[in-house]
Amino acid sequence: MRAWLGHHARSMASTLASFGRAPLGAALSVLVAGIALALPAGLYLTIDNLQNAARGLATEPQISVFMALDASRAEIAQIEARLKQNPRVQRYRFVPRDQALRELKQASGIADLVDSLPQNPLPDAFVVSAQDSSPQSLEALRDEIKQWPRVALVQLDAAWARRLDAVLRFGQLAVALLAALLAVALVAIMFNNIRLQVLTRRDEIEVAKLIGATDAFIQRPFLYYGALQGCAGGVLAWLVVNACVWLANRQLGELSHLYAALFQLRYMGTADSLGLLGLSAALGWLGAWMSVHRHLKPLEPSSPK
Amino acid sequence: MISLSHVSKRYPGGHEALHDVSLTITPGELVFITGHSGAGKTTLLKLLPAIERPTAGSVVVNRQNVGAMSARAVPFLRRKFGLVFQDHKLLHDRNVFENVALPLQIGGYSAADTARRVRAALDKVGLLALEKAAPITLSGGEQQRLCIARAIVHRPAILLADEPTANLDAEYATEIGELFRSFHQVGVTIIIATHDQALLARLAPREIALKHGTLAR
Repeated sequence: MRAWLGHHARSMASTLASFGRAPLGAALSVLVAGIALALPAGLYLTIDNLQNAARGLATEPQISVFMALDASRAEIAQIEARLKQNPRVQRYRFVPRDQALRELKQASGIADLVDSLPQNPLPDAFVVSAQDSSPQSLEALRDEIKQWPRVALVQLDAAWARRLDAVLRFGQLAVALLAALLAVALVAIMFNNIRLQVLTRRDEIEVAKLIGATDAFIQRPFLYYGALQGCAGGVLAWLVVNACVWLANRQLGELSHLYAALFQLRYMGTADSLGLLGLSAALGWLGAWMSVHRHLKPLEPSSPK
Repeated sequence: MISLSHVSKRYPGGHEALHDVSLTITPGELVFITGHSGAGKTTLLKLLPAIERPTAGSVVVNRQNVGAMSARAVPFLRRKFGLVFQDHKLLHDRNVFENVALPLQIGGYSAADTARRVRAALDKVGLLALEKAAPITLSGGEQQRLCIARAIVHRPAILLADEPTANLDAEYATEIGELFRSFHQVGVTIIIATHDQALLARLAPREIALKHGTLAR
């Protein structure tokens, strides 16, 4: 076990040493990997921020529940009790029909017209906020309330929420596609890197094979190299993205001062950061693995000379 | 125990390096494979650690059929051998110590064990004082001794040497010969492909002579 750990430590050390031997080449490929990763990571963070802003700016979607005009007080109390018990309802507000009429008079400036009405045409109503404000669950709640007795109409203004959701979803899809493309590019970069490494260390590989090294032993430093370079690219991308947020926040600080509102972009969260590093290391490893498999085979000493 | 029965080796392109060779080498034997260039000496050596595979016949090492061995098992077979190459195959980006340590690292020895065994092997071939030197700064004879140190550091039961004294002057060749004699005395099976007549005369080994890929006598 200690020997095995020692071997892994040596592989890691020799990997780091090979960084040291060709610092310019290593730095350049880390740079390329970093930029390739920074682009989708930055866009992802932008969309995340937009989603966050959208949630903050718009008032949360509400459901208006209108009772039948001739609903009795007891029937209204019954609906109120149901709302209180429903776990999907976050809170609700009862708007009696008299109050609704008063509000209408004040708000719309059609007081004369309202006064001329022979009787109050407005029903009693509840304004309900849902626990979960995603369009699906809002619709489900609306459909549920619709079934209750003496409920005349349930209105849900979910169109804007759906539209915003669709736009952001499209944005997420675009980011995912871009990320996939750049991930392929990253794997290709690493493939080529490792190919060059294998070529320059041909003698070493051949000797190691001749004296009984397993393929795993030979591949290990290359795989470490790929994973480390990918991870370094991830670190660079992380720095780039967060530096951009920092710069943007400095500008936004002034803007939000002028508008007396607080706009601040969020930095990358811990989970996202770790995900970025893990993914970049995995992509580097994958590129190295593909390359090393492809290029070690022709180095078999048993191929006839 | 090494035995070849009716072994032929034909390279792609049609050249037949070995034709119907059968022989047995018992543990602890010192054997020279002799013959003109192109007689098949190197090919015969390469068959034993599965560097080449026979096209016909069977090669058996320690009751294992090497010719039919799976690629996964081959590395472990090769660790039973010590290989001395005519062109040394030293790694020039590492020093003397690191070159000799390579088989032990492959074999998974601990760092302390590795250092001890490497120094013992270097001491054996008289290079202990040069452990930090770069192989390129060594003389031809020293490079060959370094190659031998790497071949014996993991105490293999079988030592294979391909033209170990080629390119060496007589004095160095004598040193190398004495090294092989000392390994033979401690029970290592030694198989040397050579056409060095002086070495042959000094060590008085069993001789297997090849001629155009077949046993000459």
